[in-house]
Amino acid sequence: MVTIEFLGPIQKAPLTLEASSLRDVAEVLKQDSEMAQWLENCAVALNDTLVSSLDTPLKSGDKVSLLPPVCGG
Amino acid sequence: MLELYDGALNVPEIITRWYSEETDYNYGAYIPFIGTVREEDGIEGLSFDVYEPILTAWFQAWQAKAEPLGAKLKMAHSRGDVLVHESSYIAAVFSPKRRVALEMIEQFVEDFKASAPIWKYDLKNGERLYARDRSTPIGGAGILGGKQ
Repeated sequence: MVTIEFLGPIQKAPLTLEASSLRDVAEVLKQDSEMAQWLENCAVALNDTLVSSLDTPLKSGDKVSLLPPVCGG
Repeated sequence: MLELYDGALNVPEIITRWYSEETDYNYGAYIPFIGTVREEDGIEGLSFDVYEPILTAWFQAWQAKAEPLGAKLKMAHSRGDVLVHESSYIAAVFSPKRRVALEMIEQFVEDFKASAPIWKYDLKNGERLYARDRSTPIGGAGILGGKQ
């Protein structure tokens, strides 16, 4: 199982699901209407490292984080 | 050195302590940037969420970039609420000569605004509202929505 966590302003509890790559995660999240506004502009981290490919493989115990647009300072 | 605080920063304490910490290292330049919450659009203040693991990694990567130039970075940021005319952010560069510090403070602060995993909210009429219009997608964002 992989845990998906939603950071900052995305008001959503963490999900756990079966996924072998980020592509699987994308398929699940696209079914969720409240996530539609976020998928286009969120960065993605795997175990706290930013990743840039949907083909990034996942294994059980991995943590995937969604990071919406930022504004520090 | 990265420091996170709940609420507003104690600016005089932080910049004086940083100054004292580095006096023996022969730096010729110390350039702090202090970010203060301005009164605009009727806000009472700002509020911040910080994701510390990725912020720490981002900061360490910058520290590694500064090191070969003989420079050192320090940063302090608030979590939670910071009211108008209080400060939420300090970035500072120490370097042997001024040019490195002057250039690095600009690059560092700009990359901070674009990449650091911190989310800002306006405090207005008792609500905490995500500052969506002033926020920037992190580089590479959108892969789950089909951008790649």
